[in-house]
Amino acid sequence: MKSYQAVVLLNRQVSKRYWHMIIDTTKLNSPVDPGQFFHIRCSDNQSPFLRRPLSVYKVNDNTIEFLYLVKGLGTKEMSFIEENETIDIMGPLGEGFHLESTARTILLVARGVGVATLAALAQAAYFQGTHCVVILSARTNEDLLAADFLKGFGADVYSVTEEEGTSAVENVKGLIVNEIFEKFKIDNIYTCGSKRLSRLAQEVAETYDIPGEIALEEHMGCAMGACFACVSDIKEEGIVKSVRVCIEGPVFPLRKVLL
Amino acid sequence: MKTQLKTEVNIGSLSLKNPIMPASGAFGLEMEKAIDFNQLGALVPKSITKLSQPGNVKPRVCETIAGMINSIGIQSKGLDHYLEVSVPAFARYNVPLIASVSAESVEEFVEMSSILGNHPNIDALELNISCPNLKGDGKAFGMDPYITEDLISKSKRVANVPVIAKLTPNVTSIQEIAIAAERGGADGLTVANTLLAMAIDVETRKPLIGNVMGGLSGPAIKPIIVRMIYQVAKVCSIPIIGCGGVMSGKDALEMIIAGAKAVQIGTASFINPTAITDIITEIHTYMDAHQINNINDLVGSVEI
Repeated sequence: MKSYQAVVLLNRQVSKRYWHMIIDTTKLNSPVDPGQFFHIRCSDNQSPFLRRPLSVYKVNDNTIEFLYLVKGLGTKEMSFIEENETIDIMGPLGEGFHLESTARTILLVARGVGVATLAALAQAAYFQGTHCVVILSARTNEDLLAADFLKGFGADVYSVTEEEGTSAVENVKGLIVNEIFEKFKIDNIYTCGSKRLSRLAQEVAETYDIPGEIALEEHMGCAMGACFACVSDIKEEGIVKSVRVCIEGPVFPLRKVLL
Repeated sequence: MKTQLKTEVNIGSLSLKNPIMPASGAFGLEMEKAIDFNQLGALVPKSITKLSQPGNVKPRVCETIAGMINSIGIQSKGLDHYLEVSVPAFARYNVPLIASVSAESVEEFVEMSSILGNHPNIDALELNISCPNLKGDGKAFGMDPYITEDLISKSKRVANVPVIAKLTPNVTSIQEIAIAAERGGADGLTVANTLLAMAIDVETRKPLIGNVMGGLSGPAIKPIIVRMIYQVAKVCSIPIIGCGGVMSGKDALEMIIAGAKAVQIGTASFINPTAITDIITEIHTYMDAHQINNINDLVGSVEI
């Protein structure tokens, strides 16, 4: 769990709001699973003060990649980091996704920067021969930037946006039930990035009895399980339990999470 | 030959091999993966409540300049779980275990002090009379000198280990409360806890903390805490444990020079997971460089 300095190999703006960072992880002596995250120090100054959790977007032999949305002070600072500078990272942290080796086709439902978390899963699925069907939801067409990345891993990508008036939950439900389910037999559903879409994924998973997982996002303090800042409620055997997203998650069974 | 540095300090009858320990709100067993607990002066796990409680609404933390506000609200699994699971797990380390106690009433503090203060694996109690996140709009037991004295003296009577009072900085005169705690028989004073604070998002006009207000920690509060240590040291003769905004060995030494015998590290661990052990190393380096053989020689050595 120790933090260490990693060299930034690339840190580039890829759309109006999104940035792509690649860091050298040669020194990292630990496998990284899709859904896991790194706790990143955004600058050496005391503002922004806290680290930021960023889930892995792509895992390579000696590098990992992040896709991040420049939203607040921390990610803004991150965007100023130049190539060959070092960045203080802690990780990999948390419980990642579970990808069944028998799964033939999985459905990923991602909204906004949630795609960064699910893209790593699409990559892992590709390498084990599991086909991915992806619903990408975003504000604008420009924000659908991971579509090509996902298609590169053989995924069938369906895009919905506010810009085109296709991203309403009812539309997405129709897309899943009338189009995707007609074409593919989905073995598992995974989601990240939107409460409304996650609720939909939960409803569909329950109706059609498909197991699923969700990656949750929360404000974090320590990311080590000590501070209890990033809690979320899940239901197990009829009992509501408060769990820590950083250590017991960020990935949880979809049916257990109270959204 | 290098002289052996003496870093041992005492809080009442409790002997610590060095003055650095975690602050309760920012420490848990999970940190075993980041640091060697055997290097610490003491272990101070998160405050324990009698019954399990869920904590406050989200968001529970937000960032401020050089600090953070939290309103965790002592999420706890309750006393039984603490005794069955946490205490045996911490007892594996050869380091004193200080149980931080939070309660809803004086009677409950006394009841818990009686149980925890007579447990073979608990070496001291830190009575958290200062948490600002509980009921009553941030009010704490430790804002009233009479309640403080009564609570400490009653707990002290039933506990067989040193009793430390964790004071709140959210008072007009911390000396008044410190004197009351000393009069109640406290063996030590933790100075202090987080400062009641609030932050607002100007775009949404909503507070950044779900509970509206929370406790400010981090380097932003350190000068205030150093001032309070200095003030309390002038009026009390029992040991002080400094707590609030320490990020480095230099910060910890500043508190020691102001009058603290020991120092707790909280939020720093969120930024640097090995902050506590790094600070211990930095103190050794300082002592070596300044030819200070005994850390106790530094306590309260501020030159005015």
